[in-house]
Amino acid sequence: MSALVELTNVSKRYADAPALHSTNLSIEQGQTTVLIGPSGCGKSTLLRLIIRLVEPDSGTINFDGVPITPDNIEKLRRRIGYVIQEGGLFPHLTARANVLLMARHLRKANKEIESRLTELCVLTRFPQDALARYPVELSGGQRQRVSLMRALMLSPELLLLDEPLGALDPLVRASLQKDLKEIFTRLQQTALLVTHDLAEAAYLGNKIVLMNEGRIVQRGSIADLREKPANDFVSEFINAQRTLALT
Amino acid sequence: MKRSFCATLVGTPRCGVRGQRSALSLPLLFFLASMVSLNAQTVVIGSKKFTESYVLGEIAKRALIDTDIPAEHRQGMGGTIILWEAIRAAQIHVYPEYTGTIAEEILKDSSNSREKMRAELAKFGVGMTGPLGFNNTYALVMRRREAQRLDVRSISDLRDHPELKIGLTHEFLDRRDGWPPLRGRYQLPQQNIIGIDHALGYAALAKGSIDVKDAYSTDAKIAENDLVVLEDNLQFFPRYEAVYLYRLSLSPSAIATLKKLEGTLDEARMTRLNAEAERSKDYSRAASLYFQERGASPAAGGGESFSHKLVRWTVRHLELAGISLLLAVLAGIPLGIVASRGGPIGHVIMAFTGIVQTIPSLALLALLVPLPFFGISARTAIAALFLYGLLPIVRNTATGLQDIAQPIRDSATALGLEARARLRKIYLPIASRSILAGIKTSAVINVGTATLAALIGAGGLGEPILSGLNLNDHITILQGAIPAALLALVVQWSFDFVDRFLIPKGLRL
Repeated sequence: MSALVELTNVSKRYADAPALHSTNLSIEQGQTTVLIGPSGCGKSTLLRLIIRLVEPDSGTINFDGVPITPDNIEKLRRRIGYVIQEGGLFPHLTARANVLLMARHLRKANKEIESRLTELCVLTRFPQDALARYPVELSGGQRQRVSLMRALMLSPELLLLDEPLGALDPLVRASLQKDLKEIFTRLQQTALLVTHDLAEAAYLGNKIVLMNEGRIVQRGSIADLREKPANDFVSEFINAQRTLALT
Repeated sequence: MKRSFCATLVGTPRCGVRGQRSALSLPLLFFLASMVSLNAQTVVIGSKKFTESYVLGEIAKRALIDTDIPAEHRQGMGGTIILWEAIRAAQIHVYPEYTGTIAEEILKDSSNSREKMRAELAKFGVGMTGPLGFNNTYALVMRRREAQRLDVRSISDLRDHPELKIGLTHEFLDRRDGWPPLRGRYQLPQQNIIGIDHALGYAALAKGSIDVKDAYSTDAKIAENDLVVLEDNLQFFPRYEAVYLYRLSLSPSAIATLKKLEGTLDEARMTRLNAEAERSKDYSRAASLYFQERGASPAAGGGESFSHKLVRWTVRHLELAGISLLLAVLAGIPLGIVASRGGPIGHVIMAFTGIVQTIPSLALLALLVPLPFFGISARTAIAALFLYGLLPIVRNTATGLQDIAQPIRDSATALGLEARARLRKIYLPIASRSILAGIKTSAVINVGTATLAALIGAGGLGEPILSGLNLNDHITILQGAIPAALLALVVQWSFDFVDRFLIPKGLRL
């Protein structure tokens, strides 16, 4: 297994406090890596550093063996899909136009674009006839499916998902979790997912990375975290989630 | 001089006759503007913004047209300085002026003989006709009955009546040839002196709140209110004989035509024409009266029909507002985009457009008129309107862009769109509602403010508003004000309609 993304001594400070202390992390090819932790632990920052929505203060991030720099980031972003909580769909464009925006911008062949769109609708279980709708006319779950299609349109090597299911009601959430897992498996998609829900992390992730206060506390499988917690915080975090799940 | 430059620019009747010694000596840059002067064959006549000047302008126009010389009259362009700079720069070719003003205000040497004045003017390429026949000087006036009762005939007679209340225009109180030296020369004892607006002064005089006021000797109001002019028995007031100033480069036939008007207008006749203009609210009609009295045929088609005038004003008005709006859009949106990024440049842009908005329109015109390229032209009006139109567009563009949610921005960036494409395909369309609202505000403001173009003779619906204000005639004011208001409404509605096509459907759901 080789690493698609490699973070070496990456750190980030915001004006008042450090968001991420010097951190090393590799994201393996074909794996789903899940970043989990309480709010403000730095998991979103880490993800945003990879796609350079946030500039790192120090360290390097390699993508496919090449250091990411401000010069090559635009091209690299086209090899990365990005999905956020509320979908981040462009309100003035239909679902279809949202999905096709980048492919059209890069002047891909029409035929290619159309067949990819049909494929994605099937993959994400999105009704073709709803493609003409605008984001406000779609349900929350449908918006996330469109957002996912948009992220997958150019067949990215890496998919970044920042709490993609965070704003959905439990039933929609469960069905989307299932679909996501299927998609990841079918595409053998390398993915990095941020969530604060341990069950979701356990269900979707091959590798779980637990963070707290800007640091990675432990990485491994859910079993590792449960059975060999690295410190009190890990057991506390896992127990808290378990209690929550029972009530 | 306390009166502002604005007053000079507008040339209120009070300060208009002689203009003023301006605190602001206009830069000598007008000649640049002259390079883009009007159609060389048409004689362009200017006039100051008060009745008598309008009438004299019309008379010159009629006289020229009757001798088959094409002529155009730019009515009410402002005060002395503006007209003088315009004729020097050959933006206009003829305008009526007074000898006293030429000596005191233009050449700044009151000791000149007429021949010496001619020689001085020739240095600027300007000629002067002989006097038209009347002397429109300052005068002191009283109610006829009161004057008879007290037996006051001359200014010297006022010395015996220290109890009389005197109301003077503010300008007369200040002038070099105004009240202080007049009082000194005549040893006048009155203590009760107030400053009062010219038009209000007549009302105050009629009601008896004041007993003596300053006036112009050919003022139509003198006869109308049954007043008497007190004799200037010590010859204090300089002579203000009306003449035409003209470009020496005019054709000999045009100059000959103007010279034929010399000596044809005595004070009684000028007063009558002024009264006719104020009564009929029609300057060309007053000019026609002059030609009728001289045995000429009445003006053939001299009076333009109202509907024709309305169309002309409206078309001009839309031109001014439309061109300035277009420029404001072309400049405002890019400025708004830069301003939306904040930083020192953004702050400077916002501050500049904001400050422009606080400059009164008259002052803005006054600032622009002396600049090269602008001068007395539609360009100046368009530039002023453009500056006023900027703020709403810049501000709405900037806030529309700043209001775009961070997740949308992140998504656009994360897709790998270049900055330009993000702006064009994502941000501007999303901000379109706000930007269009700004353009709509600008359009409505411009249609309203375009009335100020008339102040510098650029036409539009402000023309009837200004003449109406000058004539104190509400109907004439409304002839401009109502169409301007309707136009603003129509503009508002058409933009509401345009919104449907320009704002993406997804944002209107």
